[in-house]
Amino acid sequence: MSNRLGAIAFNTFREAVRDRVLYNLIIFALLMIGSSLLLGQITIAVQKQLLINLGLTAISIFGVLIAIFIGIGLVSKEIDKRTLYTVLTRPVQRWEFIVGKFFGLVGTLVVNAGLMTVGFFVALLYLMHGLVRSDLSILAAVYFILLQFLIVTSIALLLSSFSTPIESAVLTFAIFVVGSFSEDLRSFAEAAKGAAHYITMAISYLIPNFSALNYIASVAHGEAIPGNIVLLNTAYAILYAGSAVCAASLIFQNRNMK
Amino acid sequence: MAAIETVALRKTYQVGFWRKKPKVALRPLNLSVREGEVFGYLGPNGAGKTTTLRLLMGLAAPTGGSFKILGGEINDPAIRSRIGFLPEQPYFYDYLTPLELLNYYAALSAVPAKDRTRRIEATLKRVGLQEDAWGTQLRKFSKGMLQRVGLAQAIVHEPKVVVLDEPMSGLDPMGRREVRDLIEELNHEGKTIFFSTHILSDAEALCDRVAVLNRGELRGVGVVADLVGSVKGNVEIMWHGTAANTDMEAKGFSCHAVGETVRAIVPEMEVDKAIDILRNHGARLMAVTPMRTTLEDYFLAKLGAPAEVTQ
Repeated sequence: MSNRLGAIAFNTFREAVRDRVLYNLIIFALLMIGSSLLLGQITIAVQKQLLINLGLTAISIFGVLIAIFIGIGLVSKEIDKRTLYTVLTRPVQRWEFIVGKFFGLVGTLVVNAGLMTVGFFVALLYLMHGLVRSDLSILAAVYFILLQFLIVTSIALLLSSFSTPIESAVLTFAIFVVGSFSEDLRSFAEAAKGAAHYITMAISYLIPNFSALNYIASVAHGEAIPGNIVLLNTAYAILYAGSAVCAASLIFQNRNMK
Repeated sequence: MAAIETVALRKTYQVGFWRKKPKVALRPLNLSVREGEVFGYLGPNGAGKTTTLRLLMGLAAPTGGSFKILGGEINDPAIRSRIGFLPEQPYFYDYLTPLELLNYYAALSAVPAKDRTRRIEATLKRVGLQEDAWGTQLRKFSKGMLQRVGLAQAIVHEPKVVVLDEPMSGLDPMGRREVRDLIEELNHEGKTIFFSTHILSDAEALCDRVAVLNRGELRGVGVVADLVGSVKGNVEIMWHGTAANTDMEAKGFSCHAVGETVRAIVPEMEVDKAIDILRNHGARLMAVTPMRTTLEDYFLAKLGAPAEVTQ
């Protein structure tokens, strides 16, 4: 089983690399070099804050866009191009295919974000002429961004298992945006009355809470991230993404190939 | 044990967006493919050949009936590892090279890592893919080269049953010949070959038995020689002298004269009658040649005929 999962995941990763997905790293590198040079002109106190905000937001946005646009095609592209026929007629379970594709894309996103993080720290080092111990919390914020990728990929995969790529892309993006404001949605739900209260409350719990995984502003202000938050967020992301991947596998299990 | 056995296997699709209507793709199909034979599955485009293969490969769920491959269920991974499949007009991951693609499929088919390189290279040689193309991405391949890669992926794990959907499609005459030779070779190794085609000469040259399908319905199954013999043939008669032409045409035998040499195509059953007419008119008989009945004659006869199945 692990061999087949590994083979499918590695092939998905290889496809992303050969389709030049990692070219976004060049744009990121240019962004980091440009901002390091520009930020050198302003007050030293805000330099670091701006660079962290800019760098981590870029890592998050590039990753989410890759997760959505590749995630929605993970299954539908294989069905349309009929590459799936020669895979599913081998001793491969359909759920193995879904899980393998999921890990392949998550692997791509981890490598992509990892390389961006290295670039970001190089820029930070250049700007600040050194790193301090509290900079380690930046790594925790990057880790939370990776947890966001896990959830976004699983949602894109789930939606694409029963809808068209365009619908899946729009819906996944909408869920990401709404989920990024889920704390506000919960506040609104608490203030609302009657049916609106229950509906918004249900939506706020159903939609992933991306705002709980966004610590960019906190680390930019030098705040530390408590250990229990890391554990809770990890458990939340794994449970959410795991459920979405299971649902995608169940839908795919009974799907007829064209 | 049959290599492939279907019992009342059928498939109906629901078509239309608003008011869905059923469309029958395959009527109850009872078919038995013996182990070690080359079996041709014939039919015009849209006959239901590809639907049957999708059902057999577990890519679509049947509406009714059942089937077994090598005595087991297609969902059983142990059975799947003994099947090789080439889909119609296959499309592969075009960012991979043949070596990478076969390595991927071999890994999925649980071919031990230590044997993979040897098997992959042997398979690529076997399907006639030039060694200098092994490291080239598939996006640069012609249709014929892709078909060879397709055949290679179907046999790289040394399956017992090889199912091929239109394997000669897109190949030039040389390529078709090579695929025919490969099918024969695989069959000599004891593998069962089940392939769909609408190229009847290939089926006639290769198959032990064939089945003819039309509009989702099985029209006939049998040994090629028997099926061909079951169609009534014609005989070509040539003679010298035009005196008998009027009488011959009165009996419904159309005559074509070139100078004093006349030629007519006569049904097998009517040859004696035609020769009697020629003798009565003193015509000099030049040749009486039975015209060979081909699988095409059987095929065309079956497409119009009502269903009548003999295993």
